[in-house]
Amino acid sequence: MLELQGITQIFGGVTALNDVSFSIRASDITGVIGPNGAGKTTLFNIVTGIYQQTGGRVIFEGSDISGMPAERLASLGMVRTFQNIELFGKMTVLENVMVGLHSRSSSGLFACSFKMPWALKEERRIRKEALHWLEFVGIADLADVTAANLPFGKGRMLEIARAMACKPRMMLMDEPAAGLNSQETVGLAELIRRIRDLGVTVVLVEHDMELVMDICDRIVVLNLGQKLAEGTPREIQENHEVIAAYLGDDE
Amino acid sequence: MELGTQLLQYLLSGLSTGAIYALIGIGFSIIYNATGIINFAQGEFVMLGGMLTLFLLSVLQLPLWIAIPLAVLLAALVGLLFERLAIRPLRKASPISLVIITIGGAILIRGLAMLLWGKDTHSLPSFSGDEPIMLGGATLLPQHLWILGITVVLIGLNKWFFSHTISGKAMRACSYNPRAAGLVGIDVRRMVLFSFVISAAMGALAGIIVAPLTMTAYDVGIMLGLKGFCAAIIGGMSSGLSTVIGGLILGVLESMGAGLISSGYKDAIAFVILLLILFLRPQGLFGKPESERV
Amino acid sequence: MKQELVKYLLFTLCVLLAPLAFLDSYLLNVLVFVGIHTLLAVGLNLLLGYAGQISLGHAAFFGLGAYLSGVLTTTYGWNPWLTMLVAALLVGGMAFAIGFPILKLKGHYLAMATLGLGIIIYIVFNEWVDVTGGPSGFSGIPNLQLGQLVFDSDLKNYYLVWSFVLGCVLLSVNLANSRIGRALRAIHDAEVAARVVGVNARLLKVQIFALSAMICAIAGSLYAHVMTFIAPPSFGFNISVELLTMVVIGGLGSIYGSFLGALLLTLLPEFLRFMHDYDIVFYGGLLMVMTIFMPGGLVQGIPDLFRKLLGLRKGKGGSHA
Repeated sequence: MLELQGITQIFGGVTALNDVSFSIRASDITGVIGPNGAGKTTLFNIVTGIYQQTGGRVIFEGSDISGMPAERLASLGMVRTFQNIELFGKMTVLENVMVGLHSRSSSGLFACSFKMPWALKEERRIRKEALHWLEFVGIADLADVTAANLPFGKGRMLEIARAMACKPRMMLMDEPAAGLNSQETVGLAELIRRIRDLGVTVVLVEHDMELVMDICDRIVVLNLGQKLAEGTPREIQENHEVIAAYLGDDE
Repeated sequence: MELGTQLLQYLLSGLSTGAIYALIGIGFSIIYNATGIINFAQGEFVMLGGMLTLFLLSVLQLPLWIAIPLAVLLAALVGLLFERLAIRPLRKASPISLVIITIGGAILIRGLAMLLWGKDTHSLPSFSGDEPIMLGGATLLPQHLWILGITVVLIGLNKWFFSHTISGKAMRACSYNPRAAGLVGIDVRRMVLFSFVISAAMGALAGIIVAPLTMTAYDVGIMLGLKGFCAAIIGGMSSGLSTVIGGLILGVLESMGAGLISSGYKDAIAFVILLLILFLRPQGLFGKPESERV
Repeated sequence: MKQELVKYLLFTLCVLLAPLAFLDSYLLNVLVFVGIHTLLAVGLNLLLGYAGQISLGHAAFFGLGAYLSGVLTTTYGWNPWLTMLVAALLVGGMAFAIGFPILKLKGHYLAMATLGLGIIIYIVFNEWVDVTGGPSGFSGIPNLQLGQLVFDSDLKNYYLVWSFVLGCVLLSVNLANSRIGRALRAIHDAEVAARVVGVNARLLKVQIFALSAMICAIAGSLYAHVMTFIAPPSFGFNISVELLTMVVIGGLGSIYGSFLGALLLTLLPEFLRFMHDYDIVFYGGLLMVMTIFMPGGLVQGIPDLFRKLLGLRKGKGGSHA
């Protein structure tokens, strides 16, 4: 479904990524792991259109998406969440998810200003669907809270709900377990499985090894900007190079 | 006058105004590099230079060679106050708030100047008389030479300060990475203060040396400030040679445009250039494109 | 959104009834200008407060609307209402076109670019004497008229201008509470995140810029026909700053706040005539004080002050106009 070919990224004098290639299969939950500084977030930013890679191509469902802006990727079915959750702090929880439905609605400036009936109807649909996604991640009771006031764990859930509202085909999550306690992490694992059950392909960048080994079907390991290994959790756990790279597991 | 001489005339006066723009532009760059803020009040420091000197000369009857340094000092003081009262409280504010507050400060300074000194335009005496000097058919006034000379000295001082003194290097460190600078013991807030003080002083001096030629009034700051900013943008916000070249290019183009095309639209030239650069090459003619870290 | 409806009805009521208190007063004339300024401030607020994009050149759109409408009506004999439409469309179109390159810039650079644009347009007003009359201004602009009704008195102009204001406020409030308003606020809060979930930030910003310019152009056209005389100083950088101050004081992102800001800054100079020379200092000081102490503007600051005094806590979410 997603193919990275020879991705290279050079910032000034630093080679953050060097010729990284791998594929993601549809309906998999794939984990991208590696020690700090391995280039995981950079890779993410390239795939999701925030950076433009120095070399190589990104192919999504057969089309070359290299250099496409983020909003176009969303319309193609690719959505991401951020490590430092980027919520719309001044808006309520419900409104945050409603923004996720922006690309799946179409009332324009005219229709909205003049409150045309079809715009009002669409607004009702948006609100209903947004509530549905809040229920899906389990924070429907917080619908009217201002997003900036959410505790971190709930904020993470909100970001996921917002991303799901786009009805993506692929969801990329940048360290979703970061900042979550062990109970929340268990909830997260279950949520990711439910997301996959809806037919969404999930790719995660993660440090939390338990989570990764638990839910991922495949794992890609990066180190110092290069792909170190690729395979099932069992294969990765037994790979000597991977163990050496980590030397002193997190947790 | 035949075309060749005309062009030479435009070139020379353009270089002289360009030098002023360069000095003002460097003032913008110093603050921007130290704080990330565009100081909309920069032009007012320029205005203060001229107006304060005038005040010291006429009211306090001080001789020119005392009035000038004193005026620069006073302007630097205003810069300090400005930083303390307006900028420091807002360190964490959004870009919009910072823009608004420097605009507010500019207006305030301008308003106070108007209250204190009225709305009239005044002229400052030239530093060494008004005998025109002939250069290949074109006329130069001694003041032009003062402008070019002082500009060169100031830029040299600037270069020396930033490359060879501890404070200067500390300020550069702050502009590259304030947090790291703080961690190695540099007092970032003090550096920010310095940047305002230095920019105010430079701006004031620029205002003083050009005042004998272009007159001074409470509202000269707006245009001069904007054109100085334009020079800084052309130079990619550097506090060195690039901005100087930016200023000179701007000054010459403006002078040529005013002479050859139309003098009424002269001011528009600077802004058209500004827009073109911002649209096509926002990093300036000499800068490298910036990439955002997410 | 019952709360919104109530607010709007109250506002409309006050607007419709206000003249009764000032029928023979000079203040009625001032209130006409409060209306024009409210239109301008609301227009700017959509761009500044909602979309979070700063413009220091909005007076130029105001001026373009005024001159286009004035010149087309007076020099070329067009119907004034038609010129208002044409001015709105032309200015909107021009803003749309220039919006794409200009809104790629952010923060200070955007501020400077809009400032530069505003000044270039101002210089054209001043220099193109053949068309605009230059610094001495352009006179002889006819009043607007609807059938037999000519808008030539303060009272009639009041209702003319404020009808437009009421319409504009209604549409803006609707827009603010719609998916577009949400998308704008999302762009303002976290543009990258908004783009990632599919909000076409670039296009939307340009659309709002164009809409904002159109509203200012319409205000300009109204101004020209009400004043019958226009001159460049009414459309310069100082005016852009005044508009900015109105929006900031009222409260970024609050439509009714813009009205408050416009009201305050138009009325104050009238009440404080002696302040004439102090007005510049006052604006500067006001801008600075408000930015430091009341960044949310009066709309947020006054209720906050009340709450602090009464010992209550801050409120939550709610409506967005």
